Amino acid sequence: MDIFIAVIKIILALIWFLVLTLYLTWLERKESAVIQDRIGANRANIWKFRFLGLFQPFADAVKMIFKEDFVPASANKFLHTLAPFLSFFFVAITICAVPFGDALRIGERTINLQVLDLNAGLLFMLAMLSLAIYGIILSGWASGNRFTLLGGIRGAAQLISYEVALGLSLIGVIMVFPSLSLQSIVRFQGENLLGFIPKWGVLLQPLGFIVFFFAALAETKRVPFDMPEGESEIIGFFTEYGGLKWGLFMMTDFMEIIIVSALLTTLFFGGWQVPWLAADGFHWPWGGGWGLQHGVVVLLQLLAFNIKIIFFCWLQILIRWTYPRFRYDQVMDLGWKVLIPLSLLNIAGTGIVIGLLK
Amino acid sequence: MIKALGDFLEIIKGGLITIRHFVTNMWFHTLKVLGLKTRRRGAVTIQYPEEKKDLAARHRSLHRLTRREDGKPRCVSCLLCVTVCPSECISVEAAEDPDSEIQKVPAKFVIDMSRCCFCGFCVEACPEDAIRMDTGKIEFAEYRRADMIYDLDRLLK
Repeated sequence: MDIFIAVIKIILALIWFLVLTLYLTWLERKESAVIQDRIGANRANIWKFRFLGLFQPFADAVKMIFKEDFVPASANKFLHTLAPFLSFFFVAITICAVPFGDALRIGERTINLQVLDLNAGLLFMLAMLSLAIYGIILSGWASGNRFTLLGGIRGAAQLISYEVALGLSLIGVIMVFPSLSLQSIVRFQGENLLGFIPKWGVLLQPLGFIVFFFAALAETKRVPFDMPEGESEIIGFFTEYGGLKWGLFMMTDFMEIIIVSALLTTLFFGGWQVPWLAADGFHWPWGGGWGLQHGVVVLLQLLAFNIKIIFFCWLQILIRWTYPRFRYDQVMDLGWKVLIPLSLLNIAGTGIVIGLLK
Repeated sequence: MIKALGDFLEIIKGGLITIRHFVTNMWFHTLKVLGLKTRRRGAVTIQYPEEKKDLAARHRSLHRLTRREDGKPRCVSCLLCVTVCPSECISVEAAEDPDSEIQKVPAKFVIDMSRCCFCGFCVEACPEDAIRMDTGKIEFAEYRRADMIYDLDRLLK
């Protein structure tokens, strides 16, 4: 029975992840269009039924599936094929540590709304996101093309340097919420500061949030930080890919956006916590409350988690369509000379404040 | 340090510009979905095949040959249009007309639209006002080159 529940959780989490990824491509098209006073892709239809172009992701998928699976003559065939799967796998597997909601009770049974409650879930997610670099380096090298190799090298340099800032910025969070398990980090954020302000990570770690946000943006390797891709100069590490393999790289990009949003939500914006909502209903800070059924509470939490994630996906797409891209040396400067000192400052500051409060 | 903070503020200001565009455009899109008419629209796009932009009055579109009151073509086969045409896409073959006032009529008048560059010189050169480019037809793409060749009957339509 436990295995059965685990399998169902895995399937549901993957479906959630893939559907959100598909519709993130739709959101990207539509949001960029709205920002630029356009309408965006709205022609894909099923029997003349368009509905805001919501079938566009499926049309894209069909197109990519039926394209030729091409491997250049100079490429290393095995590694060239392996690379997109590697980078897809390491991002897709991170979903198992994301806490979707609090425990759900059905009769006697308690189901944790998280595929796997790892006691080092945060480290696991960071590790898997770092391993995704191998897909980029491999694809750059195995394509047998100088431009892809340049893209791969840039990707490696950028992601490794931003990995440092990413990790250091989270140490403050781990100091404030003394746990590495994502579920318990979210539980810690259910308390209130001074009795009425939700104790979300962003209020306790504003500097850590800013550093993490920038480093995470660089991790998704999209436009302000699109060194590995570099549409306008080198075409990037996936130049020699087409069809479904290229599609896997693109899906990896969008999945990284979702994972980054999930991390931001979980660590800094209370995860599935709704302000003042406890297990038995709302407890208003001005007294009184509003009792709710267990099922309703779980639904509200799931809804809150999804809304927060979609907001951060929206914000990242907005950033991608607003800012021009950095030059390579500017990216390195920002990473090593600004973000890493700031994150170290954040660690020192957090330590001092915690020490004084004790 | 101060400069860095100023730069950071500028970055946020830049972000607010796109947010403003997003919010106002979404507002007008939402009003449209709700069926309310607004003076401004959410997007400047004209959705082409369904919705067409009005052509200017002097827009040079597909050619036509004009007729006299009795229905015969006004063209007198003077070959001025053939001479002036820079893409050499007009060919006219003359024939005799019994009416001594007219004397010449076109036996054949062929325009190869696949070569025409729509400069409008033929219209300007014509002394009889026999050829005009005011049909307003701009969509006459064909699958075969032969279909792009317009003869007298098609031009007189």
